[in-house]
Amino acid sequence: MSADGRHIRLMIGLGVAAVLLLAKIFSLQMLDDRYKEDADRNSTIYETIYPTRGVIYDRNGEILVGNKVAYDILVNPREVQAFDTVALAAVLDVTPEFIRGRLQEYAKRRSSIGSQGVTMLRMLPAETYMRFDEVKYRFPGFRGQVRGIRYYPVNAGGNLLGYVSEVDQDYIKRHPGEYRSGDYAGMTGIEAAREADLRGEKGYHIYLRNSRNQIEQPYKEGSEDKEAVPGKDITTTIDAVLQQYGQELMQNKVGSVVAIEPSSGEILALVSSPGIDVEQLADIGKHYAEIAQNPYKPMYNRAVQASYPPGSVFKLVNGLIGLEEGVLRPEMMYPCSHGYHFGAGHKLGCHGHKSPLNMEESIMMSCNAYYCYVLKNIIDNRKYGSVAEGLDAWHEYVESFGFGRKLGSDFPAELSGGIPTSRTYNRAYGRGRWNSTTVISLSIGQGEILATPMHLANLCATIANRGHYYIPHIIKASEGVEIEERFRQRQYTLVDTLHFPKVVKGMWRAVNSGPGMGGTAWIAHVDSLDICGKTGTAQNPRGADNSVFICFAPMNDPKIAIAAYVENGGFGAQYAAPIASLMVEKYLKGQIRRTELEERMKKADLMARVKRD
Amino acid sequence: MTDGRAHTRQSVDWWLIGTYLVLVVIGWINIFAATHSSEPGSLLNFEYRAGKQFVWILTSLGLAATILYLIPPRLWEAACIPFYVFVLGLLVLVIFVSSDVKGSHSWFDLGPVRFQPAEISKISTSLLLSYVVSQQNFRITRLKDFLTAAFVIGLPMLVIVAESETGSALVYTGFILVLYRTGLSGWWLGAIGLIILLFISTLTLSPYWSVFILVSFLLPCSIVMGPPSRRRFRILAGGGFVLLMGLLPFLLEALCSLINARMDGLSTRVWVPAADEDYNYFWSFLLKVNPLYLFLGLCFAALPWLGWRAYKYRDRFLAISLVVFIAGVILVFSTDYLFENVLQPHQRGRIEVLLGMREDPAGMGYNVNQSKIAIGSGGLLGKGFLQGTQTTFGFVPEQATDFIFCTVGEEWGFAGCLLVIGLYIFLIARLMIDAESCRDKFTRTYGYCVAACIFMHLFINVGMTVGLMPVIGIPLPLLSYGGSSLWAFTILLFIFLSLYRDEKKYF
Repeated sequence: MSADGRHIRLMIGLGVAAVLLLAKIFSLQMLDDRYKEDADRNSTIYETIYPTRGVIYDRNGEILVGNKVAYDILVNPREVQAFDTVALAAVLDVTPEFIRGRLQEYAKRRSSIGSQGVTMLRMLPAETYMRFDEVKYRFPGFRGQVRGIRYYPVNAGGNLLGYVSEVDQDYIKRHPGEYRSGDYAGMTGIEAAREADLRGEKGYHIYLRNSRNQIEQPYKEGSEDKEAVPGKDITTTIDAVLQQYGQELMQNKVGSVVAIEPSSGEILALVSSPGIDVEQLADIGKHYAEIAQNPYKPMYNRAVQASYPPGSVFKLVNGLIGLEEGVLRPEMMYPCSHGYHFGAGHKLGCHGHKSPLNMEESIMMSCNAYYCYVLKNIIDNRKYGSVAEGLDAWHEYVESFGFGRKLGSDFPAELSGGIPTSRTYNRAYGRGRWNSTTVISLSIGQGEILATPMHLANLCATIANRGHYYIPHIIKASEGVEIEERFRQRQYTLVDTLHFPKVVKGMWRAVNSGPGMGGTAWIAHVDSLDICGKTGTAQNPRGADNSVFICFAPMNDPKIAIAAYVENGGFGAQYAAPIASLMVEKYLKGQIRRTELEERMKKADLMARVKRD
Repeated sequence: MTDGRAHTRQSVDWWLIGTYLVLVVIGWINIFAATHSSEPGSLLNFEYRAGKQFVWILTSLGLAATILYLIPPRLWEAACIPFYVFVLGLLVLVIFVSSDVKGSHSWFDLGPVRFQPAEISKISTSLLLSYVVSQQNFRITRLKDFLTAAFVIGLPMLVIVAESETGSALVYTGFILVLYRTGLSGWWLGAIGLIILLFISTLTLSPYWSVFILVSFLLPCSIVMGPPSRRRFRILAGGGFVLLMGLLPFLLEALCSLINARMDGLSTRVWVPAADEDYNYFWSFLLKVNPLYLFLGLCFAALPWLGWRAYKYRDRFLAISLVVFIAGVILVFSTDYLFENVLQPHQRGRIEVLLGMREDPAGMGYNVNQSKIAIGSGGLLGKGFLQGTQTTFGFVPEQATDFIFCTVGEEWGFAGCLLVIGLYIFLIARLMIDAESCRDKFTRTYGYCVAACIFMHLFINVGMTVGLMPVIGIPLPLLSYGGSSLWAFTILLFIFLSLYRDEKKYF
């Protein structure tokens, strides 16, 4: 009767189905503890205690970012009963339509609003909140919440401090288990880089709730509660006064200033202009669109992200490499007849100055031709088999100064710039189809060289230290906050430290030779400060030349090394040198005696020259 | 006379009736547990659902006795055609006169009582199907007879879908198991399983893996079923092909990441020399090769040859396999269309939640998530009667009706689940054994129909509460709160008991 045992097969199928169901139930009930925890969470309610966020100090103990109290109004749509909309609107200083609109919106997405409610108004002033507090019993479902927000006593370092804002779903997903909707987190700058230290640990109080979501009593008399742990304070290496002064000098100019303490690698100031005002940081939500739409991109941190040709300041690097390679001696003289002539009628131009000149004078007067000879001698050196090998040897030297790679600072989003190798040119021209004259513009920091202002400041610090640098960093070790060991280690270049003093001498003469002697940076001279500097004028294909200057002071015990880069600022001596030297004067003397120059720099407006995207 | 009476008592299957009673009482207790916090009162307070269920149980027992002792068993067979037509009429009528209950139009509202004709339709369909199948010259393998049977099942199914009660309609697919028992080829079951598998894999994995599943199912089957010549060679070649296609996406991906790494290296450079543009152009062509088209290209290239082979060897299975392959590929490519345009948004949502395509514990996934929490928190022995925090505090929706199994899971733990599912499996297995022992084809087929209905309800409902199935609102037989469902299953079951006793009396 039972045709070919089909009932047996059906019976086996029934068994398989039963095993399938029971196996799934078994895994839910016996293997997975998650559901038991979820069940507890369903019947208990966690009131989150928010920690105060760590304070950010400057190097002298000035508060850069502190906390103050703000009040939010939360609504739990499920608990709202009929109420006098007009009265509530009057108390909260909003229109009745606003409240109605919000409640309608919440009603639509009611299922996604948890028992904690949803924030209807943010950052109310204290008076408004007090008014609400007195009458809140009339408005069930509405409650206030106290929350710490950031405040900024000085307008210094908007870009590097970064902002704090409420986390979005995407952010929560990227940091699994760390944040919940409604939490705040640092999104950019130091706030983001040191988020783990600054945020502290949330605490909670646990209450039991009944089926109608009403809180009954503390769970186990509060024995399971956890208090919040405040965030750690962070001390930065920034000098608030210098930072603020740099921002003032750079206003209405596009560019960047980076100042480093050579003996430690600590960043004293990191100006990116145009930047973000701390007032905008405090209420980033309101200003975000405005900042994002600004054609000059204030969010873009030029100090570590903009790659520029370094211009003539790069001659220092080529000079040092020449010395190390033995193809250059300080007393060597080269002629310059308004430039360097090569090939059939080609010329790399130069400005008028005495000829021939030696190495010190070549730095002081920034002779282009001199460095064409130097570079040619470096890469055409017979000890290297070919131009390609010569260039790669040069590349290795340059990279040892930190160029062409990320320096490894603790500041986020640093970029690497770029230094060409033989491969770069093999690709462009073909193997063996280029020579030292093809790449001659590298001698004066043009062509395929790109560096960030941070790279240039680091070069300056390296020269100030006579041959080594510390990785630039922005966080100082302080109580409870460690910095990585690598920030305390000297980084040596491939150039012997013996050679650096010869270059320093040239830089001193560039600034301190007095007017009329041919020094390119006499405008940066400050009595008794012994500033050593080097100007640069970098070609900008999109308009006027960029003005570049690096300097350090005092010569024999350097306290500050600084790089200034002003887009479309013309010669190095026009803007970059005055701005950098004023900052040195401010830092070392505390006051400015060259008030006329200071005034002129602050007032200068180059924005019209800058081509926007 | 005394002889006949004794015979009667023996031939009633008291095991089935006992299991039925135990399940009904378990249902009653758990309905009370699920509702006691919002509906205080005793088990017998008729204001509330636990009390009402008690009334439904009593009336069901009355119904059961009536069917068993008063209605002549042969009436069912005789009246099955008019009964079927009458219920079908009700099914159509309800669309026009019913009130809208959660988007579906399937309830008759008769004052205090509501009932769903779809419940009764299971009985009438079972009876007519048994009638059709038990005809003397019925042969399921004959196309005309197969279509007749399919028509009997499909007609009420279609009307129920029109009532927007897709869940109830799904239960009717269980009748295919009955047809299998009466001689339908097992390949039909395989084909249906394959369609479901392809649908799911296209939605969750990718069309590539769906085609892969299709090929790795058909290829071995047709090799095994095909002519025996050079079989070893064909097994090696076929296995090699399947293995290669299984690795193809990974190989392509590895190649692409190599190329990408190289191109990234170029794009971060200061500038890219012209020579590199050509390089990029060549390799980016490789990046655009879609493994799916490569795979399908190979398959379709082999089709004419396989077709010729099927013709040459008169290999009917291979020919069918080729048709199934083409149909399967069409299904894979139309899955997205079917999913987006044929299913309704809430059904789409439920399937997406089940397949893990959407994480939504507060919205669509709320029911399932809460249900899993309730069951999962039960542990081995459960939290005890009335002690379940989830079911008591109302976190699980529909906890007395469709989600009644949650209460069992939370308060009685794995032990309770094991007992309840064990009882159901016993009930179904016992039904099958009883049916198998019948010589009358009508009774036997009907027994299988009852077993199939209960099985489908059990699997879909429990599967839903533990997250194995999408949320389909059908009750758990005999346990869920509700008169119309309890009555329907009582009638369904006791008609079989009555037929079974009758059979034992005469044979």
